[in-house]
Order: sequence, then structure tokens, then C-alpha cells
Amino acid sequence: MEDCLAKKMEITVSEAEKRTGRNAMNIQETYTAYLIETRAVESQSEGQCGPVESLWRRYSEFELLRNYLSVTYPHIVVPPLPEKRADFVWHKLSADNMDPDFVERRRIGLENFLLRVASHPVLCQDKIFYAFLTQEGGWKEMVNETGFQLKADSRLKALNATFRVKNPDKRFTELKHYSDELQSVISHLLRVRARVADRLYGVYKVHGNYGRVFSEWSAIEKEMGDGLQSAGHHMDVYAASIDDILEEEEHYADQLKEYLFYAEALRAVCRKHELMQYDLEMAAQDLTSKKQQCEELATGTVRTFSLKGMTSKLFGQETPEQREAKIKVLEEQIQEGEEQLKSKNLEGRDFVKSAWADIERFKEQKNHDLKEALISYAVMQISMCKKGIQVWTNAKECFSKM
Amino acid sequence: DTSLTEVNSFSPSVPVSPSSMINQYKFEDGPELRDLFITVDDPESHITAIETFITYRVVTKTTRGEFDSSEYEVRRRYQDFLWLKSKLEEAHPTLIIPPLPEKFIMKGMVERFSDEFIETRRKALHKFLNRIADHPTLTFNEDFKIFLTAQAWELSSHKKQGPGLLSRMGQTVRAVASSVRGAVKNRPEMFSEMNNYMETFSQKINLLDKIAHRIYKEERDYFNEMKEYGPIHTLWSASEEDIADSLKGIASCIERCCRATEKRMAGLSEHLLPILHEYLLYSEILMGVLKRRDQIQGELDSKVDALANKKTERDQFSEEIGKLEDKVERANNALKADWDRWKQNMQWDMRSTFTNVAENNLRYYEE
Repeated sequence: MEDCLAKKMEITVSEAEKRTGRNAMNIQETYTAYLIETRAVESQSEGQCGPVESLWRRYSEFELLRNYLSVTYPHIVVPPLPEKRADFVWHKLSADNMDPDFVERRRIGLENFLLRVASHPVLCQDKIFYAFLTQEGGWKEMVNETGFQLKADSRLKALNATFRVKNPDKRFTELKHYSDELQSVISHLLRVRARVADRLYGVYKVHGNYGRVFSEWSAIEKEMGDGLQSAGHHMDVYAASIDDILEEEEHYADQLKEYLFYAEALRAVCRKHELMQYDLEMAAQDLTSKKQQCEELATGTVRTFSLKGMTSKLFGQETPEQREAKIKVLEEQIQEGEEQLKSKNLEGRDFVKSAWADIERFKEQKNHDLKEALISYAVMQISMCKKGIQVWTNAKECFSKM
Repeated sequence: DTSLTEVNSFSPSVPVSPSSMINQYKFEDGPELRDLFITVDDPESHITAIETFITYRVVTKTTRGEFDSSEYEVRRRYQDFLWLKSKLEEAHPTLIIPPLPEKFIMKGMVERFSDEFIETRRKALHKFLNRIADHPTLTFNEDFKIFLTAQAWELSSHKKQGPGLLSRMGQTVRAVASSVRGAVKNRPEMFSEMNNYMETFSQKINLLDKIAHRIYKEERDYFNEMKEYGPIHTLWSASEEDIADSLKGIASCIERCCRATEKRMAGLSEHLLPILHEYLLYSEILMGVLKRRDQIQGELDSKVDALANKKTERDQFSEEIGKLEDKVERANNALKADWDRWKQNMQWDMRSTFTNVAENNLRYYEE
């Protein structure tokens, strides 16, 4: 963490703005642009900061950045972006992407994303990432020039590998199960939390009706009037307090959501491993069969059934020269194959090593973050109860004066 | 004119002055000075060829002289309570007779003989009898005493003695007719105020009743969701190591929240909801009492009008008018005193009920 970018540079996503423009298909559309501000920070001396530089980016550019990073660093658990569309909403929040609360939460999420990348020991050194933060024009072209899209693995290939790989590293299989479980449990939790929030909102808001009726009632009462009126006021306060409480809870939900999406990133690393392993296994298999073919040709024995063998039997043997030529080709191929296998093996081992290092780092980060999130959730609940105690103590006093 | 005696059965012929009635009220309202204790419990279901019904055990303990014994235990069914109420209304048209629980509850999906329904009704019946016992005038009513003490067969034979159904229907018809005639002409200011008050009060109580029910429902829905919320954390803790304990901790806290919510709901349904409902019924009763008072006044007014047209027969009528004027005055005074008493009680009830709600909420949040 010593040399990571986050220490050398202050990064914030400070504003969000609605824009209209023409998209790739020349159709008018509305989108939100986010202002990224950066400032160089001298780690030694306080108060000596460079000037603030800023540029605007939209969500699709963030997506492009993340795709680039995932393809270029397949062994890294790449931090996720905040959700594209509002999910797990309860009735008060709208699912509209243009809703100011949603935009605000997304702004925070994007800032969080940049900070996470900037504090990652490997990712922070990437030039494209740096350019994303500092170079307004021509960034998209720069990314495309890296040709990273070609390196991306096809979905189909990955799926194939998942089912056919024979000897995946057990740790990765376990990790995949874990990420599946994590994803399912967090999404279930978020769904129920949204419903709980809905119900809690209802309880508080109906108390607000008390306020109105008490006040109307107090108009016809002589002795009870004052007590009723002030109690009504407290009911109104109670009903209004739920808005802030639930807004704070949304931040907690966002923290959980980040790890929901992180689970997907984890799975991506596992898939890459499976793909590499499958590749390796296929290459090894190919090599073995070529060696076998070579042997058969050399010794003239046909141990395994092959169409070539049959056709040569039916249509006559080949000449020794032809056989020699074939053996030579095969030997070349075998040598190539062996070298490839060696390098693939090396690649695989490197991948596993570096992936696993990053996974350990991720695990620590996750445990730390989630624990903090859970604690802050508990603190929120306590504060909610304290507010409740205050309101009802006041109300009780008013009632007893009725 | 058999429906005249709204004074207590000690001195049926002497009109009781308002001040002595107020004295009585102050004397009787302290619980330490009570000499009549009633409980309603032990509902039992009876099945006959014609019908199925529930009886409740009514136990009375008293130190009063006019009761032959100091302890009584009888069984009564809802019909008997209805009979008692109508007898009291007959005898004291301008006193505020406490409400009985309704025959059926339309809005809730409660079956006629579900445990919940029977228990709610039992509590309301218990309250009904105790309110009568606490009332300075009603507590000495003869029918009330019979209700508490007579055996089943004694009660049925006594029931048959009262004014028949037809005469009661006649009263109702006259009451409706007089209210149609608009017996509001000479209504004293005080009673007009009461009328206005009752209209608004009944509106507000209605709203409060609805609100309280809605809150109960929302809390129940909240409770149901919370029940699912906790176990998810436990499930999650199974796939974690480092944060497993924190997750389990949260799960158990959520569970405690659930239990606290249950207590809060119980508090609502035991205290707030029944009281609001009772005062809802009270507001109907009070409107009825005010109407009856108007009706009695209407009788006087119409006789006075009739007299105005027959100046010669004044002497003959003056006695009658005198009696009617007395009647009106007595009715008015009875109502006023009772009204004051009722309002005091209402105030006290509301105060203690809402304070109770506040305390429950405090307890909930503290837990």
C-alpha cells in the first residue's frame, strides 16, 4: 500500500450534472455527467498541495474503464461499480435513474470505486487508469488502442470450461461456492431489509395522523386541550424522524451492495482460472495424443482405432517416405506443444499465485469493511431508539398533563 | 307515565337536588370506598337444539346491607346484559348508561365464537358492570341488583314483568317523532354546547380508533418482516469466519427487537384499542341521551304551547305543567351531573391510556 496512488493524490467525484447530447446512434438522450477532481498531495509536507484539476466523465466511461481493468488484470478482484439501475428499492425511493437521491448515491459509489482502484497496489499503477483521472480528451481512443477487447474471453468459452475442467485448484472451487453463497445471502438480506424499511416507514407515518386528530380534538377540550395539543406535536416529530433514519440506512445498504457486486468479481477470477486450467488440460491432452500417434507411426502398430488407420488399410499402405515425413511433422509439433505446455503451466502457476495473493488481500478488506458496516448499522439502530425514547418521554409528559 | 323515576330507589318520591347528587359522586368515585366488587369470567358454551350460546360467570362480592348475602355467583348470557341495559335506559333516560360490546364485529374477520372475540367481549362486559357499580345512581338500581343476584329462572320470570315490548316500541316512536318535530326550540345553551361537543368528539374518536387499528396492523406487518430478517444473518454467518460472530450478534438483536415489538402490540390491543372502542360507543350513547333529554323538554314545550291557546283551563293544566317542568329540570340536572362525571372519567381514561402507550413505547425502545 506504500506506493499506491491514493496516497499521492486526492481524488473526489464532487458533482453530478444532467446533460443532453447525441449518442452513437445520433439520438438525443439525457445522461448524468460526474465531475472528477484530483489534486496532487505531498506526503511529507502538510499544506503543500498542487492545484485542483478536474474533468467530467459519464457512467459509460466508468464502465469502459472497469471492463479494461478486468480483462487486463484477470487475476485481480477488480472493485465493482455502483449499480446501473436502482435495485432493492422500497416504496418511498423511486427506481428512476434521474432521481436526485439516486444520482447522489451513485456519485458516492463512483468516488468509492475510484478510491478503491487507487489504493490497490497493482491497479493504481495502470496508465489508462491514470489517464482516466487526468486526461479529458482522447481517453476512449487510448483505451481502444490497447486492443483489450481482443483479449477478452468469450462467454461461451468460459461456460464450456466450467463444465469440462477436470482438475481445478480446490481452493478456487471453494471460492466459487463462497461467492455464490455470498451473492445469494446478501441479495436476500437486501430484499428483506427493503421490506422491513417499508413497514417501519408505515408505522411511523401513521402516528403522524395522531398529531392532526389530537390538535383538532384539543380545540373542543378545556382541561385536556393543552396536553393533547403538545402531545400531537410530538407525534408529528416522531412521524417525521423516520425519513432521516431510513436515509442513513440506505448508506448501509449501499455498503452491502458493493460486496454483492464484489462477489461477481470474485467469480470472474475463478472463471479465469478454470479457463486457464481447461486450456492447459486440453493442451496436455493434445500433446499426449500426438505423442501416441508418433509412436504408432514409428512402430507400425495401431493400438487405437483411427479413421486414418482404417482408410490406409483399405486403400493401401503409405510409403516409408510418407511415413517419415509425417513423423517429422509430428515431432516438430510435439516439441512445440511441449514448450507451449511448459509456458502454460508456468502461466497457470503464476496466475494462481498472484490471484491467490490478491484474494487474501480482498478477504481482509472484506472482513474489515463488513464488520465496520455491521457496527455502523447497530449504531444507527441505537440512535433510532434513542430518538424514540426522547419523543415518547416528551409525549408521556404531555399525556400526563391532560 | 311510568318512566319517571330517574332518582335512586332510596327515596322515589322526593326530587333529589343536584348538590346532593354531586356529593354522592365525590363520595363514591374513590376505589377505596367501593363496597361492590364484580368480576366477569369463565365463558362457557351451551348447545341446545335451537341455538348455541355463551354464558359468562358473574361473581359479586359486597358489604351492602340491602344484599341478602355477601357473595353471589350467577351465569349470564349476552341477552341478559342487553335486557339490563334497556331497563337502565328506561329508568334513567338522561343518565349516561355505559356501552355494551356490540353484537357482531363486522369489519374484523373474527368469527362469532372465536377465542379472541369471546375474550374481548368478556372484558367489555366486565367493564360494563363495573362502570354501573361505580355510578352513584345506577349502582342502586333494582334491576341491577336482580341481575347480579337472581338465579336463572328467577331472572327470566322477572324479565317478563316489565313493560311489554309494545310499550317500549311506543316510546321509541314518540322519541323519533319528537326529534323530527325538532325539539331544539327551547334548548338551554348548555345542552346545545354539549351537542356540538359530542358531534366533534365522536368524529375525532372515530378517527383515533381507525388510526390505532392501522398502527396495530402496520406493527404486525413489521413484525412479520423482522421475523424473516434475523435468520438471514445467521445463515450468512455460516459461510463466514471472521465476521461470523458479528453476524450472529445482529441476528440475536433482531430477535430481541421482534419480541419487544410483540410486547408493544400486546400493549396496544390490551389497553388502547378497547378504550378507544368504548368511547366510540359512548359517543353514540351520549348523542342518544341528549336526544332523550330534548324529547322530554319537547313534551313540556308542547304542553306549554297547548296551554297558551287555552287560557281558561290554565289551572287544570298548570299542575300538569308544573310536573313536567319538574321532570325537565330533574332530567337536565341529572344529565349535567352525569356529564361532568363522564367527562372527568373520560379525561382520566384517556390520560392513563395514552400515558400507558407512551410507556410501552419507551419500554420498547429501551429494550
